[in-house]
Amino acid sequence: MPESTADRAAAITPDLVAHLAGLARIALSGEEVERLTVQLGQILDNVAKVSEVATEDVPPTSHPIPLQNVFRADAVADVLTQEQALSGAPDAESGRFRVRAILGEEQ
Amino acid sequence: MSGTGAEAITRLPAAELAQLLAAGELSSVEATRAHLDRIAQVDDVVNAFLHVSDHALDVAADVDARRAAGEQLGPLAGVPLAIKDVLVTSDMPTTAGSRILEGWLPPYDATVVQKIRAADLVPLGKTNMDEFAMGSTTENSAYGPTRNPWDLDRIPGGSGGGSAACLAAFEAPLALGSDTGGSIREPAHLTGTVGVKPTYGGVSRYGVIALASSLDQIGPCARTVLDAALLHDVIAGHDPHDSTSLGEAWPSFAELARSSADASALQGLRVGVVRELSGEGIDPGVRQRFTETLELLAAHGAEIVEVSMPHVEYAVAAYYLILPAEASSNLARYDSVRFGLRADVTGTVEDVMSATREAGFGDEVKRRVILGTYALSAGYYDAYYGKAQKVRTLIQRDFAAAFEQAEVLVSPTAPMTAYPLGTTTHDPLAQYLNDITTIPVNLAGIPGMSVPVGLSPEDGLPVGLHLMAPARQDARLYRAGAAVEALVREHRGAPLLDAVPDLAAAIQAWQEVAR
Repeated sequence: MPESTADRAAAITPDLVAHLAGLARIALSGEEVERLTVQLGQILDNVAKVSEVATEDVPPTSHPIPLQNVFRADAVADVLTQEQALSGAPDAESGRFRVRAILGEEQ
Repeated sequence: MSGTGAEAITRLPAAELAQLLAAGELSSVEATRAHLDRIAQVDDVVNAFLHVSDHALDVAADVDARRAAGEQLGPLAGVPLAIKDVLVTSDMPTTAGSRILEGWLPPYDATVVQKIRAADLVPLGKTNMDEFAMGSTTENSAYGPTRNPWDLDRIPGGSGGGSAACLAAFEAPLALGSDTGGSIREPAHLTGTVGVKPTYGGVSRYGVIALASSLDQIGPCARTVLDAALLHDVIAGHDPHDSTSLGEAWPSFAELARSSADASALQGLRVGVVRELSGEGIDPGVRQRFTETLELLAAHGAEIVEVSMPHVEYAVAAYYLILPAEASSNLARYDSVRFGLRADVTGTVEDVMSATREAGFGDEVKRRVILGTYALSAGYYDAYYGKAQKVRTLIQRDFAAAFEQAEVLVSPTAPMTAYPLGTTTHDPLAQYLNDITTIPVNLAGIPGMSVPVGLSPEDGLPVGLHLMAPARQDARLYRAGAAVEALVREHRGAPLLDAVPDLAAAIQAWQEVAR
């Protein structure tokens, strides 16, 4: 983890943004990558201040009002019909979601 | 009723509409038609609605028929309301303001939608919002911005700009909203209306299009505190479909609002002013109305104390790590396979998914999803998301300490009044600061309310008082809020919304300029 603000900003490169866009499955244009590189650098400079007070001894809070053991009976209830589940699909066939090729040619 | 004109009907608070309906002096069809006519008259310009129901009058007629047949109906039966487009509805398209869900008709109703239907409210339509609730101006909607009825060239706030603007435009007496960092309260402040973010888990989120699951909460939007309370009473309560839902037995907020609508409710109330949210960075006009409100409260017996919350200055930073991280995960469901848009490109399912998300998501959504992907990636998780969660602990501790000194905490609801459209569209960081006062409440999971207290002397635009209470103590907001509202009304001599300009005339003038 880079320490200084300058290092952090430098860490956001067009290559990194393009890599993140790949992970997030968003086909960004080159112009978008350039713009986001600048913007993400600025945003990260500003949010990095959390390190100033988030010291070792502070426990993290993941949920504002924690609940324990939220269970229900293991019984089928309130399910969508197959027709309902498929009703919004861009493409469906024989009661299933229909997609394009899962594997590319080189795979 | 006297002056039964359609215009007069749309000006009535929900509580008064409900009384007239119960007394048989007005039918739900008349009330619903009056609001639909108003929508037809003003919404081409205001753009508060993304969809107007084509069967609201049928729903209203059914309520009227059952009332005529002697059926016992709920307190808001027959009253029209608007629904933020973040809530799924089986009879109206649901988009969350995004192109990626354009035209999607969900196969089920959100739990709160089921509840308002069961309580016989009449859904008028779906309201505009920033795409996936990401924004504080409603300019990030894929379907064009909503305009503020106080000044059509200004923002109504966001993300729930539609749910707030429709109230100030008298298109609906009630609306449902969602609040992740201020999306109910900030628009309420900017439009002179009332908005409540309940305790996290107080209202079901089943069927709410998720933004950030540890922050999102559904709540009521209204023109009066009592109206918000009446709607809150309908939607509150445990839902087995939502594992974060609290098992709390809530009191009747409407009863509390009714019994507290008097300055005497303020006697001895300990009100804590959060120093870090009330001074620096707050516009002078907002600060002036805020200070005057505190003086008014003190003059009526409230005990004003100053409290310090040293970690709230880190809240926005923590929020813009936690929210993008959770959003990047939640928005993974828009995969071009199960619902919504599919881009017409060749290649593998992943190529199609990437092209679909490129075409279907707006700039702010892409920005936050990629930021969240970064914050969650290996090697950065501890540095960003982990540390933001620690800040969350510190803010909860600040609140706990502050609530030892005061029953309710206050600040201005937002640092500014409604600014011109376009001011922050190219400066995401500047826009993030709009929610500096409201975000700490979401991080801590506590309830918050915005109540209008006056117009800024600088620009004549509405200013709200932000009330905060400990988790599960939403009742305190309604007690204090109803008293503040009564006091402000007495002080001004009329409800604040009586000062909203004549919208029909403003629209005509605006259209002439636009032409």
